Amino acid sequence: MASIFQGFGAATSLSSSASFDTKKLQFSSLRSLSGKRASCVVVRSGGVKMDSDSNRIGGRGDQLVTNAVATKVDNPAASTASKPGHELLLFEALREGLEEEMERDARVCVMGEDVGHYGGSYKVTKGLAPKYGDLRVLDTPIAENSFTGMGIGAAMMGLRPIIEGMNMGFLLLAFNQISNNCGMLHYTSGGQFKIPVVIRGPGGVGRQLGAEHSQRLESYFQSIPGIQMVACSTPYNAKGLMKAAIRSDNPVILFEHVLLYNLKERIPDEEYVLNLEEAEMVRPGEHVTILTYSRMRYHVMQAAKTLVNKGYDPEVIDIRSLKPFDLYTIGNSIKKTHRVLIVEECMRTGGIGASLTAAITENFHDYLDAPIMCLSSQDVPTPYAGTLEEWTVVQPPQIVAAVEQLCR
Amino acid sequence: MWKHLPLWKLLSTVELSTSITKSKAIFSSALNFDYSKPHYIKFFSSGLYFIILFLFLFFSDPSPNLTFQSLQQPKTTTDAMALARRSSGLLKPLSTASSSSLLQRRPFSTDDTTTITVETSVPFTGHNCDPPSRSVDTTPKELMTFFTDMAFMRRMEIAADSLYKSKLIRGFCHLYDGQEAVSIGMEAAITKKDCIITAYRDHCIFLGRGGTLLESFAELMGRQAGCSRGKGGSMHFYKKDACFFGGHGIVGAQVPLGCGLAFAQKYRKEDHVTFTMYGDGAANQGQLFEALNMAALWDLPAILVCENNHYGMGTAEWRAAKSPAYYKRGDYVPGLKVDGMDAFAVKQACKFAKEHALKNGPIILEMDTYRYHGHSMSDPGSTYRTRDEISGVRQERDPIERIRKLIFAHDLATEKELKDIEKQARKEVDEAIAQAKESPMPDESELFTNVYRKGYGVESFGTDRKELRATLP
Repeated sequence: MASIFQGFGAATSLSSSASFDTKKLQFSSLRSLSGKRASCVVVRSGGVKMDSDSNRIGGRGDQLVTNAVATKVDNPAASTASKPGHELLLFEALREGLEEEMERDARVCVMGEDVGHYGGSYKVTKGLAPKYGDLRVLDTPIAENSFTGMGIGAAMMGLRPIIEGMNMGFLLLAFNQISNNCGMLHYTSGGQFKIPVVIRGPGGVGRQLGAEHSQRLESYFQSIPGIQMVACSTPYNAKGLMKAAIRSDNPVILFEHVLLYNLKERIPDEEYVLNLEEAEMVRPGEHVTILTYSRMRYHVMQAAKTLVNKGYDPEVIDIRSLKPFDLYTIGNSIKKTHRVLIVEECMRTGGIGASLTAAITENFHDYLDAPIMCLSSQDVPTPYAGTLEEWTVVQPPQIVAAVEQLCR
Repeated sequence: MWKHLPLWKLLSTVELSTSITKSKAIFSSALNFDYSKPHYIKFFSSGLYFIILFLFLFFSDPSPNLTFQSLQQPKTTTDAMALARRSSGLLKPLSTASSSSLLQRRPFSTDDTTTITVETSVPFTGHNCDPPSRSVDTTPKELMTFFTDMAFMRRMEIAADSLYKSKLIRGFCHLYDGQEAVSIGMEAAITKKDCIITAYRDHCIFLGRGGTLLESFAELMGRQAGCSRGKGGSMHFYKKDACFFGGHGIVGAQVPLGCGLAFAQKYRKEDHVTFTMYGDGAANQGQLFEALNMAALWDLPAILVCENNHYGMGTAEWRAAKSPAYYKRGDYVPGLKVDGMDAFAVKQACKFAKEHALKNGPIILEMDTYRYHGHSMSDPGSTYRTRDEISGVRQERDPIERIRKLIFAHDLATEKELKDIEKQARKEVDEAIAQAKESPMPDESELFTNVYRKGYGVESFGTDRKELRATLP
């Protein structure tokens, strides 16, 4: 797989990053692929009003996506020298957060398929089993329903398990345990038991993984009372949210994305914990509020650069907390811009965007100058063919077109 | 005692004549009296009348199932023992009865030191293990405690039945009467640090774990004084300080939870076990076998207890399971089949299972038990089984009656004392119901409490540790 991307990397002239070691290559190949795909889509979607600036998308987008990754927008320099903190990939950030919490509290344990000896199918738990032992980093058989139930039972007794689903789609098998026992036990027991589990795993549309392995479960879990849902998108917030989720006494479902595991970023050396219910201001702006999460953040930032060139000033917020919504940050933003665009990877019907639209309409209707637009994935099973798969998710040109329509 | 005697009994000539015949037979056999000569009949019949009257007064019983049936053929060895003791010295119980009522009041035995050895009704059947012995040691105090606790449980379930019919309890109400021996026997073998988790038939297990009648009834009626503050209902009784983990509505979902409890016990290196209870209906759930596989793989101290009452709601076990030998379905996991209506068999089995689980990992106990009520209050319980079957089991295998006979056999209490205990149970249950009715419904604000543990707003700091981020409303 690395060799194919290497080919792509060589073909498109890339960003200002100087050296190419393998890790950076993977990251840059991600950008290049998305850049390349963006240009493909532009060619095909003749209906979209694209002017000669389209040529600049491919070139500039790669550079500018680098900026979109960093949470501090006022740091345009991409040079990696003499900056505080350390650089790592997103899965390493997750591992760092996990390890710090396991070190800090002996009750924290991990259970999942292939988390121990194999090191985790996405290497998030690599190296933990030799360090903490087989009981604390537990390799389970392929029995999602019952090992999720086991984790919840252990949590009732006072442990703090982290249950990993190898792919979020497999957690559908554990839906009963997550819904009834995880979410509701604190309530139905009158407050006697707390269930401090973290259920995490990668979801989302990947690289031609097929329909069953490309599911977005946020929409299915969102109406379960008693749980919290967060989605991480950068190494910085991945580590912070992982630590916050482990420390929280509520059951938290942490949604990761298959394609974001190799994102590289510089994160601080000292310990930090993020707020589970807070949204992240990625790029402040004036004209339109774009709400997004997980992988779509990168598509939005890519589109944002195009929009900036066209003279729009989008405010991009990564909502991060899918349940409950951070209506405080979102509301302040809406009061400023009066226009909302939601860009999500969830399905159109009953997705996070649909709930968010309803919540915004209920609370901030008077502040809106235009109807809320919601761009989501198509209501189809994700096809295997690469081109079809591209069309199921939202692409940057669609975002640009939507903003233009909103701000008309 | 006199006022409890129904008049018709005294005056019914049919009853008298049968009693005369029976007592004559016993009398004659005891004294080798040849009553074939007619003049002796005339002489003794009047005297016999008074003796029979005396017998009536001391052995009559308001409860329907103990009139002359106690003198029927014994079905169990304990019954045989009781009967042998009764009839071999006919005058002996009579004398003790008379002495207790007329002379001094012998208090029922709360002796904790004398050991009584009791044989279980049937031997244990083992699968992949050596079954424990049939002889169980107990003390008089334990026997009396068994009787008292089971009387309370039985009374509570019957009262819940009538509360449901008067619409004070709504929704689902699954009653445990008939199965009390499982709960009682289990509690006798374990400590309050051993965990129990069960499905929705949890009222009596909650009581056994130390829950109060008030908490039960208040929870059933949805009041604030309930164990789950009225927000759980019949299927969600929990008691954390006694390690009772509920109370679960979805069939079979509690088994992986139970293995999780055992996992935590092993993780923390505690010397305790978890009893994960489920029914014959849940024994066909896949998650049970998944959980059993994991428990056996990691040697978790989990004991899976199948309360086989032979009916999964309306479906008999032979119609639902290809192999109704639930104790064998663990395959590589050892199993034990236990008579679940015999509290001592349950006690012995649970003791054995606890020792086994702490050393070797999981074990399955199948409790052969029976529920008199239907699956829940909306199920009459007679469409899929005959009333004869229910009354037959009630006569032959009722757990409370077994203890009662044991108590009589060992002369630990008189019938009146046991009746008093039952009356006391009735009184306390009525009091608890009255108190629960007075407890208010939960406040409206309780709708939103306990959804999340701490509410919103985990504190978070920026990287410079100085800036405290806002907490959300």
